Amino acid sequence: MRRFFLLLALACATSQWLAGASLRVPDHVPAGQELSIPTGGSGEATLYLFGPSHVAKRRVKLGSPVVLAGDELVNAGRYVVVLNGESSTFFVTAGPVSTLAFIARPSRVPAATRDVVSGTVFLFDRNQNLVLSPQPVSFSLSVTGAPDVQRTETSKGGIAWTRLDSSRRAGAAQFIASAGAASVRRVVQEVASEPCNIRMHAERAKGGAIELQTDPIRDCAGNPVPDGTIVTFTSVDQSGRSTVDARIKRGIAQAELPESRQATISVAAGVVIGNEIRWGGGQ
Amino acid sequence: MKLILPITLVVLAAALIAAGTIHSTTLAPATTPDRAVQSLLEHVKAKDMRGAYSYVAKQSDINLDSFSRDVKGSDGSLRTYSTLQEFPTKVLNQNDNQAVVRATMQWSSAVGAIYDTRDLQVVREDNSWKVLWPVVKQPKVPPQVIPVNYLRWDIITRGSDDDWGAQNVDAPRVRIVSMNAIERDGGTIVLGEIVNEDTVPAFISVNATLLGKDGAVLGQEESFDKVSHTLLPKEISPFRIDFPNVTLAKVKSVRMQPASLLVAAAADPVIGVLHQRLEKDLRGRPVLKGELINQSGQIVNIPHVLATYYDGSGRVIWVSDGYVNQALMPLTPVPFAVDVRDDLVANVHSYRVTVNEYSINARQP
Repeated sequence: MRRFFLLLALACATSQWLAGASLRVPDHVPAGQELSIPTGGSGEATLYLFGPSHVAKRRVKLGSPVVLAGDELVNAGRYVVVLNGESSTFFVTAGPVSTLAFIARPSRVPAATRDVVSGTVFLFDRNQNLVLSPQPVSFSLSVTGAPDVQRTETSKGGIAWTRLDSSRRAGAAQFIASAGAASVRRVVQEVASEPCNIRMHAERAKGGAIELQTDPIRDCAGNPVPDGTIVTFTSVDQSGRSTVDARIKRGIAQAELPESRQATISVAAGVVIGNEIRWGGGQ
Repeated sequence: MKLILPITLVVLAAALIAAGTIHSTTLAPATTPDRAVQSLLEHVKAKDMRGAYSYVAKQSDINLDSFSRDVKGSDGSLRTYSTLQEFPTKVLNQNDNQAVVRATMQWSSAVGAIYDTRDLQVVREDNSWKVLWPVVKQPKVPPQVIPVNYLRWDIITRGSDDDWGAQNVDAPRVRIVSMNAIERDGGTIVLGEIVNEDTVPAFISVNATLLGKDGAVLGQEESFDKVSHTLLPKEISPFRIDFPNVTLAKVKSVRMQPASLLVAAAADPVIGVLHQRLEKDLRGRPVLKGELINQSGQIVNIPHVLATYYDGSGRVIWVSDGYVNQALMPLTPVPFAVDVRDDLVANVHSYRVTVNEYSINARQP
């Protein structure tokens, strides 16, 4: 009797070995790639596949390889395959970088400012899995008429980031992030800073009014202050104070103030004050 | 006998129709100067310009059309959306042939009550009193081309098919550059100025929350129309937020919340504010007066004047506003006046006037 149980246990162990020992899978499989799992034994068995976003169950023939299609392995993560009472675990890893999510901040920056532009890149494969393995990511910031600013960073945990200086020249800077075959472009508007020096001149208009016009208004780096910026002309004379909030157009601001025998005329934009003219009494 | 009833009905109907359609063209003559002004304004209130004009003296040298334009407004101005409500009058002086009557007209409009005080000359003419309606001569601008280098900002926003990293363009950077809380008539008023520090236009609003000594919220209000909502780059606007029922003594702190949105906007029209000066009005109250001039070629239908008053240290001590009844025609000066608080006049060291504009047929940004 004891010999009978010993033989039965040995037979079970042998059958288990024949069926289960054949469920051998690699530790890591690239996402979206077909996987063939060799099986031993004969007859049919039920295969279960548990993944991060996919579960499958099907009958398979033992003795011939079981094929898991690429569609079943698109999401990176831990997978468990169970066949005939045996289970095995493997990891699906992200494929090569295919797309980038690029966040560039801010969308407008003053020109000639240090560490003012930040770029953050998230790396994804073609199945939108975060590529966790370190990847070189290059950042480039270029504006017409100024040398490009370039930097290469290595991603960590699927993310790469950088901080760059804005160039001295104002304009729409092209901020490009590239990794592998993927590349994404954002536009960062580099704008002039505060006006550096406002200078105006006055002339008598035909009707006697005072015609005022500034020289081209620029910041201290020589960039023209954007059109539309408010420039306030103020005239103070015996009849009171007159003001015109003019807009810079094509780099200059101009306005017409009422006729006056003697007036003090000033100009300002934001917190910056320009020259003063004493009308009627010489400048 | 059978015909009597139908004939009676026909005659009665004709009489009623005639009574309803035929008006007397002669109005009751005014026997007193006060009655002349009252009668004129009663017809204005009833929007009967012809009737009102019958109380205008011939010496006025104003035709019906000009009178109607002056009283009813024109060119989409605020007056065209207003209705005369009340008009108390007071005879200031009178002799046998002429008198001066002060009429304080209260107009109801979409932006609230608007007061217009006029000292009207009344003269005896054809055995009745008639009003010498002051002629407002509109300077005629000769036909011309006003060159405008039209400037505007357009925005490309995030598309639905953009990846999630593609964010919209940042909101404009705005900053409150000064703030002052005062008490008036048992309420708290928060005043200050806000500047658009950015290089793009901003649609702004300013909210304030009053916090009590225990940190409880005493009130939350916004500046509503006491601010210029659209600010171009580097433009400064005053703001005023009223808390009518919260005394300043209860307030421990004020939490300011400026908000800004990037909006498509146009840089025109440019409105000059000329000859600003502090004066007394007809009722002896201090007002800030001046003229507005539209330096662009398009009509500004409803101008809104915002005045900021500063003390000697440059602190904002009051913000007042007022709507102008007349539309701003190109290159045509239009007078304005906004109230100044009596108790503050002595402290006003300087002031600044800005103008909001509302145009019905403005070019869309």
